[in-house]
Amino acid sequence: MAVCVAVIAKENYPLYIRSTPTENELKFHYMVHTSLDVVDEKISAMGKALVDQRELYLGLLYPTEDYKVYGYVTNSKVKFVMVVDSSNTALRDNEIRSMFRKLHNSYTDVMCNPFYNPGDRIQSRFVSLGRAFDNMVTSMMIQVC
Amino acid sequence: MEGLTLSDAEQKYYSDLFSYCDIESTKKVVVNGRVLELFRAAQLPNDVVLQIMELCGATRLGYFGRSQFYIALKLVAVAQSGFPLRVESINTVKDLPLPRFVASKNEQESRHAASYSSDSENQGSYSGVIPPPPGRGQVKKGSVTHDTVQPRTSADAQEPASPVVSPQQSPPTSPHTWRKHSRHPSGGNSERPLAGSGPFWSPFGEAQSGSAGGDAVWSGHSPPPPQENWVSFADTPPTSTLLTMHPASVQDQTTVRTVASATTAIEIRRQSSSYDDPWKITDEQRQYYVNQFKTIQPDLNGFIPGSAAKEFFTKSKLPILELSHIWELSDFDKDGALTLDEFCAAFHLVVARKNGYDLPEKLPESLMPKLIDLEDSADVGDQPGEVGYSGSPAEAPPSKSPSMPSLNQTWPELNQSSEQWETFSERSSSSQTLTQFDSNIAPADPDTAIVHPVPIRMTPSKIHMQEMELKRTGSDHTNPTSPLLVKPSDLSEENKINSSVKFASGNTVADGYSSSDSFTSDPEQIGSNVTRQRSHSGTSPDTAAPPPPPPRPQPSHSRSSSLDMNRTFAVTTGQQQTGVVAHPPAVPPRPQPSQAPGPTVHRPVDADGLMTHTSTSPQQIPEQPNFADFSQFEVFAASNVNEEQDDEAEKHPEVLPVEKASDPASSLRVAKTDSKTEEKTAATAPANVSKGTTPLAPPPKPVRRRLKSEDELRPEVDEHTQKTGVLAAVLASQPSIPRSVGKDKKAIQASIRRNKETNTVLARLNSELQQQLKDVLEERISLEVQLEQLRPFSHL
Repeated sequence: MAVCVAVIAKENYPLYIRSTPTENELKFHYMVHTSLDVVDEKISAMGKALVDQRELYLGLLYPTEDYKVYGYVTNSKVKFVMVVDSSNTALRDNEIRSMFRKLHNSYTDVMCNPFYNPGDRIQSRFVSLGRAFDNMVTSMMIQVC
Repeated sequence: MEGLTLSDAEQKYYSDLFSYCDIESTKKVVVNGRVLELFRAAQLPNDVVLQIMELCGATRLGYFGRSQFYIALKLVAVAQSGFPLRVESINTVKDLPLPRFVASKNEQESRHAASYSSDSENQGSYSGVIPPPPGRGQVKKGSVTHDTVQPRTSADAQEPASPVVSPQQSPPTSPHTWRKHSRHPSGGNSERPLAGSGPFWSPFGEAQSGSAGGDAVWSGHSPPPPQENWVSFADTPPTSTLLTMHPASVQDQTTVRTVASATTAIEIRRQSSSYDDPWKITDEQRQYYVNQFKTIQPDLNGFIPGSAAKEFFTKSKLPILELSHIWELSDFDKDGALTLDEFCAAFHLVVARKNGYDLPEKLPESLMPKLIDLEDSADVGDQPGEVGYSGSPAEAPPSKSPSMPSLNQTWPELNQSSEQWETFSERSSSSQTLTQFDSNIAPADPDTAIVHPVPIRMTPSKIHMQEMELKRTGSDHTNPTSPLLVKPSDLSEENKINSSVKFASGNTVADGYSSSDSFTSDPEQIGSNVTRQRSHSGTSPDTAAPPPPPPRPQPSHSRSSSLDMNRTFAVTTGQQQTGVVAHPPAVPPRPQPSQAPGPTVHRPVDADGLMTHTSTSPQQIPEQPNFADFSQFEVFAASNVNEEQDDEAEKHPEVLPVEKASDPASSLRVAKTDSKTEEKTAATAPANVSKGTTPLAPPPKPVRRRLKSEDELRPEVDEHTQKTGVLAAVLASQPSIPRSVGKDKKAIQASIRRNKETNTVLARLNSELQQQLKDVLEERISLEVQLEQLRPFSHL
């Protein structure tokens, strides 16, 4: 169960961020923001020119008392950050990987839309791009709830 | 729009008519077909009708709003009254009768009904004209029942459900019109709204030719005629007026739309009465789409890249959001490019959207790319979809026109869902297979790896070992000088400890972290023991340990001894010099075992003549404040004073046999003074400077002591005094030189002993410091370990 899902652009500004509205969303925003440093650390530690060999799935970025933050980076330096509840112990690493995979697929679908300018927010409010993406994120946030 | 004043009867009549025509129940857009029927029923010439349409502004707006409709009705009344149609006539003409709509319309509608279905009874049902709307409504309701037989019961049930409450015209008519709508393809539906948008009307000029024959067909084909008439009606206005209204900039788009609407008009005409999916692309439409596709991509089997498609569809002036939604719907394989089918679907969606239809949430099944699966299941899906919908009418997606488009949307949705599952499952599986590839390559989770800092246990241990060795080596030499507190028990303990230390060191080599831990703990204990024992006596470990490297203490010893001895020897004559010189190197090993036993034991020095008169030397030794020797250098300085006292107490100058042997001369004094100064300097030197320097102090002290002892005067005052006292002692000792030969030896031995004592003291200090260093290193290592544990996996 993803409590918060965020898509961060290459320039480290959020393209899409959504969290379960039950709690203070600002906290999740802050966690995502702080996790970016860890993401950069992992990216830099991976290798200088070995981008291809770098694993897209970064794994657990850092655990907090209540939540765990997972990271995923695409080859275009677009980062996916997911915050999951620590109480949900059934979530294995493979499940997180599959969730990120789905996220990545949905994101590529959004990118394939020629009407989507890379760098725009993935809006789902309108009947437009991001609708499928948002639906997928919703399913991900509800699935293990 | 000019202000329209209606009488109450007119108001009521107009509202009824409006609701009759308002098939979609939008209260705003009036179905032009119905309006046309009305106008036809008004038995007005076409041109009049057209004029009316123009005047009311419907042509401009493209649809009949309520106001436009009312005005149109008013104008109909005006026209029927024979008044010239004028905009002003709306309000000027007074006492207008209500517009009459001839019953011929009913006949036509009956014909329509007959054409729709085999509802011949509908013909009879149509009684009366529009004026009695309720009756008509009832008639319509009857027709509704027949219509409900159609498979599109869901929509019927849906439609009458709400209107049943209020038996108005709209409910019964809506199904009727809905049927018409259902008959009409999307092109037909789009026909009306197409006309609604001004720029689209120019295409109808082209449709004129096609629609010209539509009038004749009107009787035969219910759906097309009204629309065709409408189309034809729309032709003239566009040609006359609307053509000028078209902005030049939209010409490209209009040309596009022209062909599109033309095709739609054509296909409307050709539409049979069979039910069609409103989203279905007719042949003409498809042909048009294909032609458009060719303009972008000549190869029909090729793709249109996203950018080209973006430009193309941007020309439709639809908002980007809607275009992106259309793209999401049409790009079936999500490849960023459009195949022919995808392009047609996208184009069709654009056309529909342009005509006012809301975009569906999912791609209509008819618009889906022609996959083998879909084609087979499409026909099958319709039936179950429809049937399914009869039971769940509430599933209609939100749309502007709830009647048909919603239904059509829901049907494709149901059909799509099953089909999409097939296709999407393929997609997802493929994607999974693709992405699983990545996961296979994924390395092990680095989170599990715990990085342990490499224990640097070896170095402290080595250092400690070295320290131990050094201490042992140093203490070995100091053993003879400080035999007082040397106890065999201590030695044995030291032996054990040393062995354990060695053992632990061996363990550290073999093991890793844990062993290093144990090793660190052990040396601490060992070190503490060592230090403790050192505090007691610095010689115990030295002797217990394996033989330390002899050369090490020897050089220091020899250094110290050489310095002092050389100086002393250089000053003095050479008789005993050689002997003394030769002997000092040999002295250390000798006195060690001899001195080890006890303080009072004489030191049997065999080969060393210096030891002959060591009788007093042992006395000197026990008198020496060993404790004071092992303390800091300040204490050393004090001990030097004490030693001086002791020296004075003693009568055996050891260090300076040569001096004693030498003639009392100023040179000797100088030498002694020099030695004493050296002693002083050495004494005042910092305690932990080096082993080499510190041993210098003891030798000078013994020298001093010996000098003093040579005095045999033991001027205590001189002891307390510093250089002067020493000088005086030296001077006083001059006369005692002759008997200092043996005393020299003793002095040398004493000096040796003292050197060794100092060595042991220094060695102990060194060991203590090393122990502190080791502790600090351990702390550092532990902190590093903690840091590594706390740091979030930075190595990955």
